[in-house]
Parts: sequence; structure tokens; C-alpha cells
Amino acid sequence: MLQILTPRGELVGDRPVDLDDAADLYGEMVFARTYDRKGVALQKQGRIATYAPFEGQEAAQIGTAITLEPGDWMVPSYREPAAMWMHGYPMELVLATRRGTEMGGSPPASVRVLPPSIPVGSHMLHAVGLAWAERLQGTDRVAITYFGDGATSEGDFHEAMNFAGVFKAGCVFVCQNNGWAISLPRAEQTAAETIAAKAVGYGMPGVLVDGNDVFAVLAATSAAVARARAGEGPTLIEALTYRMGPHSTTDDPKRYRTDDELAEWRERDPLERLRRYLEAEGSWTPEWQAELEREGSARVERAVELAEQIQPFTAGETFDAMFAELPDSLLGQRAMAEEL
Amino acid sequence: MATLTIAQALNQALDAALTDLDDVLVMGEDIGRTGGVFRITDGLRDRHGPQRVVDTPLAESGIVGVGLGLALAGIRPVMELQFMGFSYPAFDQIISHVSRMRHRSRHRFTAPLVIRMPYGGGIGAAEHHSESTEALYAHIPGLKVVVPSRPGDAAGLLRAAIEDPDPVIFLEPIRLYRSVKEELPDLASVPLGSAAVERHGTDITLIAWGAMMKETREAAEKLAASGISAEVVDVRSLAPLDITTIAASVSKTGRAVVIHEAPRTAGLGAEIIAQLQEHCAYDLEAPVKRVTGWDTVVPLKMSEQHYTPSLERILAATTEVLES
Repeated sequence: MLQILTPRGELVGDRPVDLDDAADLYGEMVFARTYDRKGVALQKQGRIATYAPFEGQEAAQIGTAITLEPGDWMVPSYREPAAMWMHGYPMELVLATRRGTEMGGSPPASVRVLPPSIPVGSHMLHAVGLAWAERLQGTDRVAITYFGDGATSEGDFHEAMNFAGVFKAGCVFVCQNNGWAISLPRAEQTAAETIAAKAVGYGMPGVLVDGNDVFAVLAATSAAVARARAGEGPTLIEALTYRMGPHSTTDDPKRYRTDDELAEWRERDPLERLRRYLEAEGSWTPEWQAELEREGSARVERAVELAEQIQPFTAGETFDAMFAELPDSLLGQRAMAEEL
Repeated sequence: MATLTIAQALNQALDAALTDLDDVLVMGEDIGRTGGVFRITDGLRDRHGPQRVVDTPLAESGIVGVGLGLALAGIRPVMELQFMGFSYPAFDQIISHVSRMRHRSRHRFTAPLVIRMPYGGGIGAAEHHSESTEALYAHIPGLKVVVPSRPGDAAGLLRAAIEDPDPVIFLEPIRLYRSVKEELPDLASVPLGSAAVERHGTDITLIAWGAMMKETREAAEKLAASGISAEVVDVRSLAPLDITTIAASVSKTGRAVVIHEAPRTAGLGAEIIAQLQEHCAYDLEAPVKRVTGWDTVVPLKMSEQHYTPSLERILAATTEVLES
């Protein structure tokens, strides 16, 4: 397993970025956690619907997304808001989706991020098609796609990996293995020793990285993106991490996992290890931490305000994005719906 | 003017699309080297190269899911699934992603793609090779579903489907691939969403599509021989349904029979009759009847004739409607 920063914050490999950039990464991770905790709170207040927390997975998302260029494609699942906004997705739209409007799935034209996929596993194929299309069109754009350990049991994961291998698609598959698919532990998801090992069967490299080590995640993803950009084909990255909270705000993880396990992973927290490292390097102070949290909180508040300004569709507007041009049958139904 | 079969017309339409439109890509299982199970893509790989006529791994969900990705990035994929009965592994991609990409992104991302699939029985094929489950696709919001029954429509609808900004399920009647010939003046586009009144009459309207047009045409001929003037409507577009054309015909004749090969329950016949009730119930002089496949699995070759609506069944239903 690739690791550059130990849980104690000790550097055991080549730091992939300079110290200032490392501090920036830390700032992003603190912000992600601020956002995530806010998300849980917003759900409890009834201001957003079901929320899928990602606390513990900040390094896996930020360390991967930061390696992309603006023209690259991102095909996310529902637990990657940090990766999405790192790639330019307006935060208020991420929240708008959670509030329950399709407007959240419509980023500005320059932002090449698909709306987050709710079905588990079927979206990886889209990333393969996107990457293949870019090659056909003579660009070196790549596609990155995110999914969990549970998704690797779905047939489409295997079809996506197979197609990507055959067509040498410039696709980076990022499995955020957070240990649990709702209540099913990783060990009952697959008999394979690692998920990264599955890459062998599809003729591509598989890389197991410490998903809570942002340096390792960034280094592995940079290499995979470079490989994809050079036309050398896809890579599967397994970022070994942990979901500290529930699958979503509707389940109680106490029913399926122990406090000991949680405490063990708390020791490997992605933020804390980078904080320790930065502190040792003289780049972290409690004052800066407080400032990050304050600014982060304000940033989320602004996004929430913007999200809450998005108005729901009228009955008629529900029809408007069904086709480029509405057929008579739908125009008729639209009129009926509006009359009520 | 060339006289072509449906199979030849489709081949020419694909060839023309590949020639005219740089962003078209034809893909599917065995469609390149062998030209497809029914040879619809015969010769296209040689003419346009393996980059544009692509043999894919054997995985229907993969084909459609990857095809959606291609479409999202500006390629127009025309996918072939070998038989309708093999489209079900791709059904999840079609319903969960293809059909709703435009809606869930409020027009930001669209899926201009075509999924071609041969459908229907009547050739004594193996199990899973004779399905006629078009209602499954017509039921899904966000999809267009078309079925040609003659060479001109096959070429014209395929061209329109390829140029359409939304996803189109394109059903090809296996039984008619090589049994219907027609002179094709040119490969003009035929608008999606339009039914065709292909024979004018005054006593009764026969409504059908795809492979069942064969027996329906024969029925109209038989009826004409006994002095009954049947109007024949080729529905052609199952979604959206051109109820305006269908209802106008039924209003004129006052009587109708809907014929389809698909299973009876919740088939499109039920939908058409319901819409006739909404549009022209007071013009009806008799209850509308259905002649359909049964709610059974399609039997294999030796008993298949019990399943598919026959000329006799259509004539019997027509007589009942005319006499009631």
C-alpha cells in the first residue's frame, strides 16, 4: 500500500507538493469537513433531504480531484461533493440537489462534471465513454470516476473496466473503499484480498493507496492521470479509507459496526495526520485552524443561501427538460398539469 | 431508383450517416468484421474503418453505458443490440441513465444516441430471439421508440433518429428484413413521432406496426376483395404516439382493430384504445378490438404459429367489429 505520510504525520516517502501547496490541501480538507458536518446539521433541521456524509474521506476526494485540469471529465457518485467542487461544480448546486431540485444537476457549461449518480455502479461506464470520445476527438482529456467498494460487486463495474482496458480509454477509476456498503463490511463484499487486485483481470494497473494520506492519493492519481493523458490507458486506484458516519442520514451505523473500529480509524484521520506534519514543519497554528473553520463556515452558509433561493419547478416546467422539443403528447399533458 | 429491402435500406442509411456526419460511430457485438447477425452493417467497417464501425466486447449494459458516455462528449453512437431479447441487460442503463440524462441535468447534458435492436418472431429462432416487448421502452419517459415496416421508412426514420437530439430506440422487424421491397427515390428523413396512413379506406381502420404490417396489409387486401374498404395505419412511432393521425382515421371509419405481436396485457394496443376513448369515443360505431400475441412466453419454432396474430385472427376480429 502506497503511503507517504503516516498516521502520526511522519513523512516516509517523497512529498508530491511543496509545503505551501500542502498547507492549501489542508485548508481544503478542513473546509470539506466543515461542509460535511454542516450537511448533517442541515438535514437534521429539515433544510435538505437525505444526506450522505463523507467525513473521513476528505483526502481521497481532494487528493484525486486536484490532479485534474478544467477540461477533464468527472463522473461522481453521491458521496463526492468535495471532489465535485474541487473540479468547479458550484457548491450551491451540490446542495440544491440535496434540497430536491434537478437544477442541482446542471452546472455551467465549462464544468465537466456529470450529475452525481444515485444507482451504485452504473455510472462508471459513462466515464469510459467520455474518455474514449475525447481520444476519438484527438484531445488528451481524461475522465475520472468515483465509486465505493459496494459498487465493485455490480456487473457494470466489470463491464466498465473491461471496455476501458480494451479501448485503452483514458479513464481513472477511483474506488473509495470506505469499508462499508451501508451495513455490509468489505470482507463480505468480495473475497479478493484487495479491490486494486481486480485490475489485473482487465489488463490495467491497480494501485492500492492509503486513502487517508492525501500525499499518497495525490501521487497515485497524478501518475494515473498522466498515464491516461498520454494515451496509455486506464488505471484502477483503490483508496483505502473509512466512512466515519452513517451511509446516509437514514441509517444507524451502531447496528452494524463497533465503537472500537471507529476509534481505530479515528487514529488514522486524514486531517489530523496532515495537521501534525504541518505543525512539525512550522506551518500550522491553532489561530490558522480557527480562521479556516470560520471562513469555511461562512462559505458554506453563502452556498446554502444561494441553494435556498432556487425555486421549485412549476407543474409545467417539470416537462420542459424531457426532450429538446416537446412532442404534442407531452405538450398536452403539460397543459393538463398546469391547469390543476 | 433502386429497389431495396429493409435490410439494404438500413445498411445504406448507416453508410450515408457515416459519410455525411463526422461524429457518427456505429458500435455493437459482431457488427464490424461479420457485418452483424442480420448483416445490417455489412461492409461498413471496410468503408469507414474500425475506428468508426466498432466491434465491442460482449456486454450489452457496457455498450449502452459507454455509448451514453460517448454521446455526452459529442459523438453520436448508433448501437446495435443483437436481439431485443438481449437488450434486457442494458435496460438498467437505458432507464436509469440514458432516458433521464436531459431531465436530471435540465438540458445541460443530453443523450443524442440510437439503440437499434431487431425484434419480433416468425423466423423460428431460438429462445430469447423472438421478443416483442416494445411496451417496456415506450413506457419509459424520455425515450423515443420507432418501428419501420417498409424500406423507405426504415432509412428515413433511422436518419431522423441519428440526427435527433434525444435517445431513440429503433426497432427492426426481423421477419420483414428481406421480405418487403420498395423503390427508394432517396434516403430522405422521415419525421419521428408520425404515424402513416398507408392505405385509405372508409369502413374500418386497421392499426398496426412493424412486423404485423405484413398480415395487416394482407387482411386489407382480403377485405377489399370482399367489398370492404379498410384503412391501414402504420403507427410507426410508438413513443411519442401520433394519436392525432390514428384518431382522425378512426373518426372517419368509426371502427377499428389494433394488431400487435406483443403480449396482450399492458401492450400498446391498450394504450391506443384508451387514447381513442379520449379522442374520438363518440365517433365509434363499435367497440375497438385487439388482435395480439398472448400473455405467454413466445413459443419455439414448432408452436410459434399459435402465438403470432395470423391473417385469420385479424379477419375474424375485423368481421366481429364490422358486424357489431
